[in-house]
Amino acid sequence: MEQEQMTGASMVVRALQDQGVDVVFGYPGGAVLPIYDEVFQQNRIRHVLVRHEQGAVHAAEGYARSTGRPGVVLVTSGPGATNAVTGLTDALMDSVPIVLLSGQVPTFMIGNDAFQEADTVGITRPCTKHNWLVKETDRLASTIHEAFHVAMNGRPGPVLVDIPKDVQFASGTYVGPEAAQTGHYAPKVKGDIEVITSLAEAIETARRPIFYTGGGVINSGDRACELLRRLVDKTGFPVTSTLMGLGAYPANGQNWLGMLGMHGLYEANLAMHDCDLMINVGARFDDRITGRVQDFSPDSVKAHIDIDPSSINKVIHVELPIIGDVGHVLEDLLKVWNSRGATTDAPAIKEWWERINEWRKVDCLKFEQTGSTIRPQHAIQRLEALTKDHPDRYICTEVGQHQMWAAQYMGMNDPKRWMTSGGLGTMGYGFPSSIGVQMAHPDALVINVAGEASWLMNMQEMGTAVQYRLPVKQFILNNERLGMVRQWQELLHGERYSHSWSEALPDFVKLADAFGAKGIMIDDAADLDDGIKEMLAHDGPVVVDCVVEKHENCFPMIPSGEPHNKMLLGENADTGNAIKEGGAVLV
Amino acid sequence: MSQLNIKKGSSSHSAYDLRDYHEQGMERHTLALIVDNEAGVLARVIGLFSGRGYNIESLTVAEIDHTGHRSRITVVTTGTPSVIEQIKAQLGRVVPVHDVHDLTTEGVAVERELALFRVVGRGDVRVEALRLADIFRAQVVDSTLDSFVFEVTGTSRKIDAFADLMRPLGLEELARTGVVALARGEIDAEGGLT
Ligand SMILES: Cc1ncc(C[n+]2csc(CCOP(=O)(O)OP(=O)(O)O)c2C)c(N)n1
Ligand SMILES: [Mg+2]
Repeated sequence: MEQEQMTGASMVVRALQDQGVDVVFGYPGGAVLPIYDEVFQQNRIRHVLVRHEQGAVHAAEGYARSTGRPGVVLVTSGPGATNAVTGLTDALMDSVPIVLLSGQVPTFMIGNDAFQEADTVGITRPCTKHNWLVKETDRLASTIHEAFHVAMNGRPGPVLVDIPKDVQFASGTYVGPEAAQTGHYAPKVKGDIEVITSLAEAIETARRPIFYTGGGVINSGDRACELLRRLVDKTGFPVTSTLMGLGAYPANGQNWLGMLGMHGLYEANLAMHDCDLMINVGARFDDRITGRVQDFSPDSVKAHIDIDPSSINKVIHVELPIIGDVGHVLEDLLKVWNSRGATTDAPAIKEWWERINEWRKVDCLKFEQTGSTIRPQHAIQRLEALTKDHPDRYICTEVGQHQMWAAQYMGMNDPKRWMTSGGLGTMGYGFPSSIGVQMAHPDALVINVAGEASWLMNMQEMGTAVQYRLPVKQFILNNERLGMVRQWQELLHGERYSHSWSEALPDFVKLADAFGAKGIMIDDAADLDDGIKEMLAHDGPVVVDCVVEKHENCFPMIPSGEPHNKMLLGENADTGNAIKEGGAVLV
Repeated sequence: MSQLNIKKGSSSHSAYDLRDYHEQGMERHTLALIVDNEAGVLARVIGLFSGRGYNIESLTVAEIDHTGHRSRITVVTTGTPSVIEQIKAQLGRVVPVHDVHDLTTEGVAVERELALFRVVGRGDVRVEALRLADIFRAQVVDSTLDSFVFEVTGTSRKIDAFADLMRPLGLEELARTGVVALARGEIDAEGGLT
């Protein structure tokens, strides 16, 4: 094995190149200048200068989630690193592989309150999967390779390598990815075949089964999504998904029930509540999904496929726990089930679908667009209609009502097409994320469905979009409100709207103009389609200020702490007799 | 929107389900962790306990294999059975943690703690302290004309008991190591503790 001597700074760039990295999102500063000097002297890796380190991490998340490859971030010490903390936490909650390299003050100054010193490994310990402070240049290359290994293996997540400036200047021996010690970290990917066999048996006899899928399917990879589709189609079972898992099973697929959870579809939630076999594939029984835990799907046998042992029995006790990678487990499950004859209780499944179809008649997403004021659901529905046939479409969102409407009214037919902040619910995620997605897919249509308040949280990234000529479409549903907060205040806090509206919103068209981008304002339902078409036709970043109804609420809604069958529906849903049948209490 | 009259209950004013989690009984478990002896590993373990709201009753740590860079952490914790299972699963996820053993459930274990007691007094109380120390097989590791330092090794309960006896006899200062524990008998190569 050849051993090359080089400085720590060139090792960083070399290690990234050897890891196959093509884009780095970053922001320079004193403690990373040697590395930036190396970045300058090569052209295999493109560096994207963001406008805030939080934006760098979200952009890397967008890159990672739309490609399945790790997102890489480079920031300076102190404020550079602390600005990245929200992004790291977001990536940890949503299991996004991120490798963040931060500069640090020289080793001999650590602990002295040096200029721009922060205890970066201390601060980021709880918001990374793992982190390292590298004190010797000889350890630097292998640590970076190990960081990629940890970020990508097992349940993916963010990692951080803190690199003091003297370590960047000093020389040491470079080791390549193969020679690097990736340590003992090797989570188990194969599931227990006995439990998998029990699940196959349960599939044969279930009368009211449901697949409840999550982001783990997408993280496992395209193969896992393919196997899920095969299993769902061959069993004929209904399938629902969390916010994170949208696209693993196609929204235009036969057995698709729509998203479940707090703002999930009526039929999806009632099917979860009444099922007799729940097959959780790569989801984690989040509290936005379960509602009141004691009343969660009371009569079902539950199987849970998850690569993270700590997800099993954390919230909901399951009878069939399977620890392993979704792709591997589904492969074995299909094998076992096929070898046993691949049967189901077809008459019972047919009856189950009849019940589900009754629930579907409620048409829980129904609304009426009348007059010139645009209802936000209508805006999203038209955006969907005008873009769904695009061959290469990616959707990002911010956080709030608009996010839920996008999840409800937009259909994701493929994995890695839907980027949203689920676990942390980070306002300001969507715009930088769309930048990362567009960097990875230069010719794709990348739309960020935004709320005006969320969008303002990272709007400085307009500069990035314009500088790198990234034609990201910012579709802002402007209700001049922190809409989701306002909704809770209306429903749960006696209509006392404490600080949930913005009084001094910018003129978004002028704002876009000021950055050198295109701005479009739409405030009449009659102009909606033309406005969207104008946005799509423009080859460059666009900000659409779509002024919508200010007091719209997002339904269906399961008030927190309530079970799935106590759902609130909007005024237009056709409650009919399905409600009584489903036992839902509508008040 | 009064038609949306949501029932006021324990959770109607929160985005979370604010129920009482204490439905199961609490248990006390002794866990042994084999970890890489590297900077920050103890902070990771402790941070996990504090960040997720788990209890630590006692914690000891020391290097046990210098060439292999391994340390052994012994944690005594309390929680409901499902919380104990979560603690073990969460510890297992920490990258530098190699093994997590629950000595309370994996067969029989021996547990020991060491404590030092400074007892100050003259006359009868001093004699009585020395007599009791003998019964507890405590060592006298330091003495002056009016004080003793006793060393006691044993289970935590034995140390508690000795402390209770010394208190009226002039116990001034007490230092305890926390529990260390090992599984008893033979351990096969696979499940063995290094
Ligand atoms: C960084 C951050 N701060 C606060 C919140 C709490 N929060 C959730 S939704 C929301 C309002 C979002 O407003 P907007 O982006 O306009 O979306 P809308 O709900 O109006 O569609 C707020 C404040 C959050 N999720 N993230
Ligand atoms: Mg808003």
